[in-house]
Amino acid sequence: MSSNDTSNTVDLDTAELAHAEKAALAAELFAPGVGAQAGPPTTSATATGSAGDTPPGAHSHGGPVLNGQPVPTGSPAERFTSTDPDAFPKPTGREETWRFTPLRRARQLLDGVPSDARLQVESDLPDGAVLASVEAGDPLLKGLPEPVDRLAALTRQRSNGATVLRIAKEAVLDRPVTLRLSGTGAEDVVWGQLVVEVGAFAQATVVLDHAGLAKYSGGAAFLLGDGAQLTVVSVQEWAPGTVHGGQYDSVVGRDATLKQVVVTLGGDLVRLVSNVSYTGTGGSADLYGLYFADETQHQEHRLWVDHSVPNCRSNVVYKGALQGDKAHSVWIGDVRIRPAATGTETYELNRNLVLTDGARADSVPNLEIETGEIVSAGHASATGRFDDEQLFYLCSRGIDAETARRLVVRGFFADVVQHIGIPELQDRLMGTIDARLGALPELDEQPVEVG
Amino acid sequence: MTSPTATPTASGLKAGSVLEIRDLHVTVGDGDDAKEILRGVDLTVRGGETHAIMGPNGSGKSTLAYSIAGHPKYTITGGTVTLDGEDVLAMTVDERARAGLFLAMQYPVEVPGVSVSNFLRTAATAVTGEAPKLRTWVKDVRTEMAALEMDSAFAERNVNEGFSGGEKKRHEILQMRLLKPKMAILDETDSGLDVDALRIVSEGVNRAKADSPVGVLLITHYTRILRYIKPDFVHVFVAGRVVEEGGPELAQKLEDEGYAAYVKDSAEQAAVEKTASEKTALEATQQ
Ligand SMILES: Nc1ncnc2c1ncn2[C@@H]1O[C@H](COP(=O)(O)OP(=O)(O)O)[C@@H](O)[C@H]1O
Ligand SMILES: [Mg+2]
Repeated sequence: MSSNDTSNTVDLDTAELAHAEKAALAAELFAPGVGAQAGPPTTSATATGSAGDTPPGAHSHGGPVLNGQPVPTGSPAERFTSTDPDAFPKPTGREETWRFTPLRRARQLLDGVPSDARLQVESDLPDGAVLASVEAGDPLLKGLPEPVDRLAALTRQRSNGATVLRIAKEAVLDRPVTLRLSGTGAEDVVWGQLVVEVGAFAQATVVLDHAGLAKYSGGAAFLLGDGAQLTVVSVQEWAPGTVHGGQYDSVVGRDATLKQVVVTLGGDLVRLVSNVSYTGTGGSADLYGLYFADETQHQEHRLWVDHSVPNCRSNVVYKGALQGDKAHSVWIGDVRIRPAATGTETYELNRNLVLTDGARADSVPNLEIETGEIVSAGHASATGRFDDEQLFYLCSRGIDAETARRLVVRGFFADVVQHIGIPELQDRLMGTIDARLGALPELDEQPVEVG
Repeated sequence: MTSPTATPTASGLKAGSVLEIRDLHVTVGDGDDAKEILRGVDLTVRGGETHAIMGPNGSGKSTLAYSIAGHPKYTITGGTVTLDGEDVLAMTVDERARAGLFLAMQYPVEVPGVSVSNFLRTAATAVTGEAPKLRTWVKDVRTEMAALEMDSAFAERNVNEGFSGGEKKRHEILQMRLLKPKMAILDETDSGLDVDALRIVSEGVNRAKADSPVGVLLITHYTRILRYIKPDFVHVFVAGRVVEEGGPELAQKLEDEGYAAYVKDSAEQAAVEKTASEKTALEATQQ
């Protein structure tokens, strides 16, 4: 099996270990040298030394893999944020945050030309959900998490206000809120900003269903009140030629539960930054992602989960498949557990299935732990070809190798899709995936690794 | 060493199928790391017969099972395997299954995102060459699941994912029942089962034997399962080959005496062979 696995799980049992022992254990488990770094987001990819001001007892762990090669991680522990685009240097491609992105294709967005172009919006709003808009300068916008890169800052500024979706306090929606966002052309850049406010103890599912042709940069903030339960589904089924950048910020209230499912299938370039922070104890976030990059598609998902309050949990599962020449996926998974975030439980996983030669998957998990008093923290990243054992098992039941491969890839994705919880949407997405798998001549030509 | 050719099948069924393994040599690993695991296995299993293969851990029992099924990890370096005269070793893994071979694995594999019902239907379609009629199929699956005391919710779970050890083994036998092989190799299906599960799983195998003249190669480390599934022949398997064979009484002997004597014999023989080959090598260098 031509696969490369790195995985690491740590369980620190708070009940059994004294604090000092735990710190020592953490020190053993997490190699020093990839320490917390402070500074601007332009930290070069090779600068990995510990910063002098790393707090005592801070341990970090990086196990990034680039096409099978371990690489130093350059994710800064403290990110620079600003609403001013010019506070960020113009990306050159050397910056940590931009080094994977094909800047030429993103140029139109990064140029930041103002525009009034909009996506077509078709909305389905159940009772308890209200759509409104606010002007630029509205206090609501001032309170949002700040942009983490130049494109996000440009988006905040150029979008000139925001669409606001409000879910009333304690409302339990009887069906998902769906916003069908369609691009109508690639001449003008579309700038967009969405704010989703979920009242305390409300339960809602919000689907952002992107399609059509666009050059689009969209920010979205999801603000979860105490005890709120929100499922966010973001589907990128863009037409070829589309460039989509975006920053999603989720702010999870006390005892609130966020589930996010990001499905990226279409478009030339999709680059989504997804940040999660917690404002109260007991918050929970499950971040699922699925991407399927075909020839020349670039799909980039950057996650940042910031544990700064005690007793919260996060779980990140991103799975991608790649096929065809110059298909490129990038997954950056940054999880930080700050000193105050005792009792944290976190796990992140990225799996990439490389279906053909010429495709490239970059996967960079980065877990920084600054307190020993956590429940568990771990990450795993694996990039490889088909699992021979799975194929053997299926073939040993008479299923031919070709069908077995399709079952495995379908299964690989169904595993994520089933978290959406909306059967019609799940069926539609699996249908798209099936069609994409069907149009795969290379699959037949690949050496049969089993048999 | 082959099972006596003149012996009538114990179940008395007129059985067509014959699995013949002749002087099978198998290695694992590549190049310099290649290690010979099977060192000349001879075995004949006829339809309707049950052969117990008993041997200590690491003796190569799973290697034998996987080699017959065609796992890519194993390299056949010599010998033949035929099913009703057809060259099994020339077939792909799926062709072997369609020819009537079935392997219940010691460690069944998880296939995330593929439901048991989808998997079973796809497999049955592949093996029989046509999609099973929906109504009878659903009934067959339900009936057999009930007989194996499997909850019906099981069908919607992903293949082997999160299954307990016992659930995995029931699921293997469920497949055997639905795919109706001519030859079934059960690799330590008994391992890790409590008494109840062992009985349920064994009854499943016995139902298969009653329904059709399936040949069974029952690989086990312990004699316990032989109280539920009666073997016609017992083969003692040590260090990659069959070192003794006999009837059911041999199982009792193993129960009483263990494998120690065989393992010792085999080690001595290996030492003799090693000395002989070193001597040959020495002679070769002297020439
Ligand atoms: N992939 C492999 N690489 C190296 N050695 C292996 C491999 N698979 C099996 N072996 C070795 O082959 C021998 C026989 O293994 P196995 O067939 O699993 O024995 P059994 O099923 O009788 O316990 C053991 O020594 C085992 O370590
Ligand atoms: Mg074994």
